Amino acid sequence: MAGRRQSVGASPLVLLGLGLAAALGGAAALIFALLLTAGGGGAPPQWDYLGRVLGFTFYQALLSMLLALLGAVPMTRALARRSDFPGRLLLVRLCALPLVMPTIVGIFGVVAVYGGSGYLAAVAEAIGAEWRPQLYGLGGILIAHVFFNLPLAVRLLLPAYAAIPAESWRLATQLGMKDRDVFRIIEIPLLRQQLPGIALIVFMLCFTTFAIALTLGGGPRATTLEVAIYQALRFDFDLRLGAALALLQAVCCAGGAWAVWRLGRDMVLGQSLQITVRRYDGKGAAARALDLAVLALGALFLVVPLIALVLNGLLGLPSAASPESLLRAAAISLALGLGGGLVATSIGYSLAQARQHANARGWRRRAIWLGLTGRLGLFVSPMVIGTGIFLAASGRVDLYRHAAAGVITLSAIMALPFVLSVLEPAVAAAAERHDKLCAALGIKGWHRFLEIDWPTLRRPIATALALASVIAMGDLGAIALFGHQDMINLTLLLYGQLGAYRLDGAASTALILLLLALGFYWVIERVVGGRELH
Amino acid sequence: MSYIEITGLAFTYEDLVMRFDLAVEQGAVMAIIGPSGAGKSTLLALIGGFETALGGAVVIDGVDVTDLPPAERPVTTLFQDHNLFAHLSVAQNVGLGLHPGLRLTAADRAAVARALDQVGLTGYEDRLPGQLSGGERQRVAIARCILRKRPVLMLDEAFAALGPALRREMLSLVLDLKTRENLTILMVTHDPADAAFAADRTAFIAAGQVVTSGATDDVLASRHPVIRDYLGT
Repeated sequence: MAGRRQSVGASPLVLLGLGLAAALGGAAALIFALLLTAGGGGAPPQWDYLGRVLGFTFYQALLSMLLALLGAVPMTRALARRSDFPGRLLLVRLCALPLVMPTIVGIFGVVAVYGGSGYLAAVAEAIGAEWRPQLYGLGGILIAHVFFNLPLAVRLLLPAYAAIPAESWRLATQLGMKDRDVFRIIEIPLLRQQLPGIALIVFMLCFTTFAIALTLGGGPRATTLEVAIYQALRFDFDLRLGAALALLQAVCCAGGAWAVWRLGRDMVLGQSLQITVRRYDGKGAAARALDLAVLALGALFLVVPLIALVLNGLLGLPSAASPESLLRAAAISLALGLGGGLVATSIGYSLAQARQHANARGWRRRAIWLGLTGRLGLFVSPMVIGTGIFLAASGRVDLYRHAAAGVITLSAIMALPFVLSVLEPAVAAAAERHDKLCAALGIKGWHRFLEIDWPTLRRPIATALALASVIAMGDLGAIALFGHQDMINLTLLLYGQLGAYRLDGAASTALILLLLALGFYWVIERVVGGRELH
Repeated sequence: MSYIEITGLAFTYEDLVMRFDLAVEQGAVMAIIGPSGAGKSTLLALIGGFETALGGAVVIDGVDVTDLPPAERPVTTLFQDHNLFAHLSVAQNVGLGLHPGLRLTAADRAAVARALDQVGLTGYEDRLPGQLSGGERQRVAIARCILRKRPVLMLDEAFAALGPALRREMLSLVLDLKTRENLTILMVTHDPADAAFAADRTAFIAAGQVVTSGATDDVLASRHPVIRDYLGT
């Protein structure tokens, strides 16, 4: 019987996932080939320029990663050790904010605190110091990177602490371990196991940084590869230089991808951050004081830019852009965001199902490839893909007319890794629970999706869609590359205002963009996710 | 006065209000049985110091230990899982019983080897817990209990994950240890056969209370309706 044979083979969704993975992989290969022919052949352009850009990109990414981890480790320790202080949940939630906050908005918050006319400068003036903060250049890039990646590292590391079994802590106290013994015997091995993967992810994110380096980088001496590609494409119209830079970026990113694969770790978000086990260590006065100081500093570092954002945004309302242009930009932001989110979530869902299908059959290699293809966005930077699209389109397709499609595609690929980190564990857990029963009862295909998978997976799907939409909405790279005067969203509007030093107007745009992003996230999660099951 | 005196030991978990009274004589092996969720493991956690009692007292050998930290109580607990740190070798895991910071002298290492010898794991020093079977892992944990030299040993369903034959073997190992070191043993189990095999005394716990305690045969043969319901006889 045909039906029986079908239940042994792959469902249409799995086939779609495999097809999409093949298409993504093929596109990546095509882009690489295009870059190689356009940028690799002949005499290389400006070797010393390439070297300088590469050197700075590497240097700032390394420093950013080290500083972010230097802050994230003590903060995670303190959050794990103190499971019940007031405001803990708020602080942990706050660590998720940089994930949904558009980068450019966060940058504005950083500028409002550390910039030439920011809070820090005001404090320096008030106490009569000669010193003034110099934000633009390496310093600004580092502060902004730490602002975004310290909380991300906390979110990635905290689940590892939460996964330490309750018995280990009971054992530690039963054996009479002191705080330093707990650190040496339990925590150091955990950090040694977890930190390489987290460090690599943070390093890659800082290496392929765009918005932060574009807005806070100071001229040719503080330029990253991603920004250099953008400038070559949009200002110098030098496709050849752009392709050479993109090739360099692609090779570095492939190296990073290989390293992540070797470490064999996925980036997993949305795991339990609640610490329910009881801890017996860290009860001394010194440990309490240390944790209090770490948590207070961390909270201050994360909260002050947010407060500045809100205050300056409210104060800047009188000099905000005209309501018509704001409304228009907001509408474009929402449309592009939702478009990117829907594309990313649909691709992500079928990829996750295909990967689960491969895992369930023990096809490890295929599962790894599917996982890696979906995470292309982590390794192939937006500008590399953008350069590929420019090369492929050059002389054939009018990019002006298809700008929206370009932005949506690019931002969807960028959001895909985050979608997968939410969907993959959820799909795996649902399959674990229902696969055998569904096979026994013969529930499959569309019926299975409607009756079994949608009710159990709709919350993670909603979270993925909300996350992807907000990431797509706040992305500056895609819109900067493809946007034009008729397609200006809030991100691009804000970037223009920052560039023209219209800081009051920028402040109000940033506040509007932040509120819109948070509201968008909230609405999608509620509407699509429905009410809590059980 | 009994060796272990538990009086009015109070604790609350979710909706269950617990209050335990129990006396155990020195050298006894007492099984603690009862329905799941009755508070058996909570009782051990209170005696071990992992949970803080809301009231009442635990007195062991005439000393009130109610407010002592776990390491300073004359008890050691063997859990069902995670008795070993997965990243430490067998020798290091056992050595933790001598020095919680693993600063071990040559004499300490010899003591570790002797303890491993006693549980039948001679030469296992350098293996990692992941390379051992479930029974071997619990043997390593027992070797550490030997080195800790605490007069009271508590088993919190320590062998529940093992098969019947292996469970008997582990219980026999513990009974040998008890005779040699003159221990007092409290063991939570959900198998009445384990109680009949290893324990001369049994306490039956239901809904946060000790329903009855006494000679194992008497408790298992009790006409008490809660016990009959639990045993299904």
